[in-house]
Amino acid sequence: MSALTAFYIGLYYVAAIILIGGLAYRVYEYATTPAPLNIPTTPAPTTLMGVRFRMFREVVFFESLFKSNKWIWIFGYLFHVGLALVLLRHIRYFQDPVWFWVEFLQPFGKYASLAMVAGLAGLWARRFLVDRVRYISTPSDHLILALLIAIGLSGMAMTFVAHTDIIALKAFALGLVTFDWQPLPADAPLLVHLFLVALLMIIFPISKLLHVPGVFFSPTRNQVDNPRERRRLAPWAAALEKNNG
Amino acid sequence: MAAPQFEVPKLSDTAYTDVPKVQEGSMGHIKAFVAGQGPQEFLGYPWQLGDDWKERALDRMGQVLKKYRSVRVFLDACVHCGACTDKCHYFLGTADPNNMPVARQELMRKVYRRYFTLPGKIAPWLVGAEDLTKETLDQWFNYYHQCSECRRCSVYCPYGIDTAEITMAGREILNYVGYGQKYSNEILGKVQKIGNNLGLPGPALEDTLAGLEEDIEMDTGVAVKMPLDVQGAEILFVTPSADFFSEPHVESLIGYAKVFHAAGASWTMSSHASEAGNFGLFNGNYETMRKVAMRIRDAALQLGVKRIIVGECGHAWRVAYAFWNTLTGIGYGGDDPFSVELQKQLDPRYKQPTHICEYTWDLIQKGVLKFDKSKNDHRVVTFHDSCNVARGSRMGDEPGGQFTIPRNVIKSVVNNFHDMAPETIGESTFCCGGGGGVLTDDLMEVRVKGALPRMNAYNAVAQERGVNFLALICAICKAQFTKVVPYYGFDMSQVGGVHQLVSTAILLEQD
Repeated sequence: MSALTAFYIGLYYVAAIILIGGLAYRVYEYATTPAPLNIPTTPAPTTLMGVRFRMFREVVFFESLFKSNKWIWIFGYLFHVGLALVLLRHIRYFQDPVWFWVEFLQPFGKYASLAMVAGLAGLWARRFLVDRVRYISTPSDHLILALLIAIGLSGMAMTFVAHTDIIALKAFALGLVTFDWQPLPADAPLLVHLFLVALLMIIFPISKLLHVPGVFFSPTRNQVDNPRERRRLAPWAAALEKNNG
Repeated sequence: MAAPQFEVPKLSDTAYTDVPKVQEGSMGHIKAFVAGQGPQEFLGYPWQLGDDWKERALDRMGQVLKKYRSVRVFLDACVHCGACTDKCHYFLGTADPNNMPVARQELMRKVYRRYFTLPGKIAPWLVGAEDLTKETLDQWFNYYHQCSECRRCSVYCPYGIDTAEITMAGREILNYVGYGQKYSNEILGKVQKIGNNLGLPGPALEDTLAGLEEDIEMDTGVAVKMPLDVQGAEILFVTPSADFFSEPHVESLIGYAKVFHAAGASWTMSSHASEAGNFGLFNGNYETMRKVAMRIRDAALQLGVKRIIVGECGHAWRVAYAFWNTLTGIGYGGDDPFSVELQKQLDPRYKQPTHICEYTWDLIQKGVLKFDKSKNDHRVVTFHDSCNVARGSRMGDEPGGQFTIPRNVIKSVVNNFHDMAPETIGESTFCCGGGGGVLTDDLMEVRVKGALPRMNAYNAVAQERGVNFLALICAICKAQFTKVVPYYGFDMSQVGGVHQLVSTAILLEQD
């Protein structure tokens, strides 16, 4: 096994552990931090089913963002839907035989990469063109967009310009999940692409990408509007009742 | 009205407020009065910064992060997308970028990142993390008192980030290091020592109510009562203390009394709990908020009432509707001895607590109340959705009842009603500019400029529809608008309560 292959194998195991472990830790942290008061942004659903439906609309359609700003919504939606299709398309590298629907999605996923990069470009443009957004942008905001665009472009280079050895790549990817390690094709676009994806996985649990688990724990969105019917009491708040009645 | 020391914004030609270009530092000179020794010590806080203020601040921040999921998640989840940047009335009115919700949060987030996250510890320059300095603390004090905790930003954030939660956390940390706000903290002293925010003692309250009873009888020939501390009354009525003597608040108080009278209700107010408002909310301190709310529970238990009704007050209704059950057991569904003690006393046929608009609307639907709408014909009315009612509570059984029920009440008592532009009412309503502990003369510039979006919307219906009455269900909105509308060329008599309209139109039978 070449040093290059060994490096990427090591990198991906480390990245996977950080991504999964880090996210699990964050989710644990969010879930175990009490929400002592009922603070849904009203009007809010009065039933649990209603809250699930609200969260579904938020996560799938970006409902609040749509109300807020059509440009951010368009660019953000292009990016996220594009990314989702591209990710689904990548499932084929990790299974043999490939599921029917993953097969079916291949051409869609291919062109979704264009939507993804176009959306990212729009979001990035706003960081320069809109004075309010320029004011709040930090270096890391620019770098994350650069990272995602570089991932998109390096991937698209392999799809649309110079193909890599896809059979060998699939063997490498399958080898990672089955612990039967195989050599990685030493193509520049592929190496760049894989390195940047690993980087993205590593920074996920320590960056603003935490909006992904965060939205599900947002009390203004995930609480039922029923405070007159239901008493909620955080453990630390219940202790107050014992102390001074 | 004294000549303002600042430039009053110009009204626009439409109902909408143009998004200004960012003007850095345009409100950097604002500083609310700082609380002195008395109120700070009463609330259990130091009253000046000690040598260890930074450690204390970070220590408190760590505790808040463990106690409140909201703060924890909101500090992590923001992606700086900019969706909220043009949603705050204070930004629209001042153009100061620190009044953009995300930037207001960022004042705390940069400190959070520096001390509580890995990237901020390793590479602060990369992620906008910064050390906690005295300058930052001063910025907190400045800009966390240019937020009315109205939650408009939380409607538009894709993750529901509620800047009010960050402002509350900021104020709690400021208090904890000895850097409190005079206005809110003095009020929190008065309500706990005397029973209401105005510091009106029991005998004075009794006198005031007796005087009002005489006024109503002179005016209508009907002996409408304003009972106080009546043991065994069915209803405990809790209203903001401004209703007892401020104009136009008192007109609504007269309205409530007439409604209770017409319904033949057995009701009472309480001198122990003569305040619906709860500034503990504004300070973000659960313990203080609980102590203030406990006075109402105590009064309810002591008087033996069966229901609790709350008068026209925005943040009070949020605390009552959304928090009383948790804080004091006023509500249903508790299985612990603390809440059961009260719940077995309350009449389960009614919502606990009930908003006065819910109560009045229910009576109207049952045909109990009779009105002569034409008595309000000199008025063309619009309704301002108070922020805390609109985005932090509900009325009735359906989501959005907080919008329909007050309007239904108004339409039952007036002939001329027009809503303001749709993007400025309902869940999108603009704060009056004086909520959340900002209603103080030392923040007058913030209040006047923050009222701009609402004033533009009001001006549009005034010009196009001849509207001349801004109906409110909040004591802070009433006080704020009374003071601020003259800056925009309107007469303060155009401001009043929903139950003021009820009071004008209601027909009382002679005994």
